[in-house]
Amino acid sequence: MKVSYRVNGVTVEADGVWPGASLLTVLRDHMDLPGSKNACEQGECGSCSVLLDGELVCACLVQAGQADGLDVRTVEGLAGDGATETDVGDVQQAFLDAGAVQCGFCTPGLVVAVDHLLARNPDPSDAELREELSGNLCRCTGYVKIIDAVHLAAARRRATAGAGAAGGSGG
Amino acid sequence: MDFLQPTSLDDALALRAERLDATPIAGGTDLMVDINFDRARPAATLDLTRVPELRELEVDADGAWVGAGVPYLRILEALGDVAPGLCMAARTVGSPQIRARGTLGGNLGTASPAGDTLPALAACEATVEVASATRPRREIAVRDFIVRPRRSALEPDELIVRVRVPRARGPQQFGKVGQRNAMVISVASFGLAFDLDARAVGTGIGSAGPTILGAPAAEAWVAEAFGDHDLWATRAALPDGVAKRFGELVGEAASPIDDVRGTARYRRHALSVLAARALAWAWADARRAEDAA
Repeated sequence: MKVSYRVNGVTVEADGVWPGASLLTVLRDHMDLPGSKNACEQGECGSCSVLLDGELVCACLVQAGQADGLDVRTVEGLAGDGATETDVGDVQQAFLDAGAVQCGFCTPGLVVAVDHLLARNPDPSDAELREELSGNLCRCTGYVKIIDAVHLAAARRRATAGAGAAGGSGG
Repeated sequence: MDFLQPTSLDDALALRAERLDATPIAGGTDLMVDINFDRARPAATLDLTRVPELRELEVDADGAWVGAGVPYLRILEALGDVAPGLCMAARTVGSPQIRARGTLGGNLGTASPAGDTLPALAACEATVEVASATRPRREIAVRDFIVRPRRSALEPDELIVRVRVPRARGPQQFGKVGQRNAMVISVASFGLAFDLDARAVGTGIGSAGPTILGAPAAEAWVAEAFGDHDLWATRAALPDGVAKRFGELVGEAASPIDDVRGTARYRRHALSVLAARALAWAWADARRAEDAA
């Protein structure tokens, strides 16, 4: 079957998709977007987390056709529409600065989940962010550095927003 | 595999009748796992996520109609006052990613005795409305909806349309035991709903029998015990032993098995503890509400 998604701001089509395939398979194998990782294929690990019409979902549990015509935001688009391979978003930069990456396999899903979390809650407590990130497993870090990274990204985002407000350009 | 994507309930019911070999899919949190692992190869999937009637959530004076395709995340946002027990159960489903996709229709249709929301729905006497292309709609009590593991009371040409959740008439509680707090299939779960108007307590037992069970003997005993101690009228503290005995009776109502997640003995014990705590916590809420009033 044929599907079409709006991925990171750009309409992308894929033909010859097996109807039983997941959104994750289409992204990785048909649309050349291997950033979302394929690990458990049962919604347990969160490595394939993407935003589907703004909701955080496991791409492995969305059937290809269910996402047809919808908006998909993947880790490749976290630095904004039209970002190059070397551009990173603020959450990704915070993960780098906090040393929150070890083997890196869980990282794409985690940064998507954290980006989604901070968009709704600019200053999450440890308890809140642990619950919000409970669908993303990391087997290397023990989560301490990841939680540091979330607080770092949150603080930088609040500072930027505050500076923007104080600047009062009124843009 | 064919992919069927109706955009109205009438079309969905017509396709359901026409393609009895199709498997309905909503959030995909069960079915996609089976497809990914090559355990299921349905001839067709019937995608219900584009059917607006199934995504409706209406609150009225007596409760709420929750469309079969409403994800847990929306239930949590909308029904905290109407159905606190259901919301407690919904909050324990999987992870945020799973709660964004998973639905009540899926929990009911999958018909697992471990379905997290089912004990909470049973405790508050929720009912399931099902429809077919040719026959009148019918309502089935949640307690009767799961017939045996993985088998519901749905006829092959029927779809779950919505769930009627009565407005809470007293405190509700839900408890679940698993290996950890997130992403876990329950080893035992228990839902409790006080009806302070009717002076009754509703129960629902999950993961400890072939279906969702009630504990009628426990319900009858506790209602009488509350009467004997005049608790309904006075909102006095629970006397010693009432919660414990209630828990024991709930444990006796279960019909658990040994499996990979736990032994029958452990499940019965865990249920007794969950039920005793649920009763004590819910009654404490009732007393606090009385103080505040």
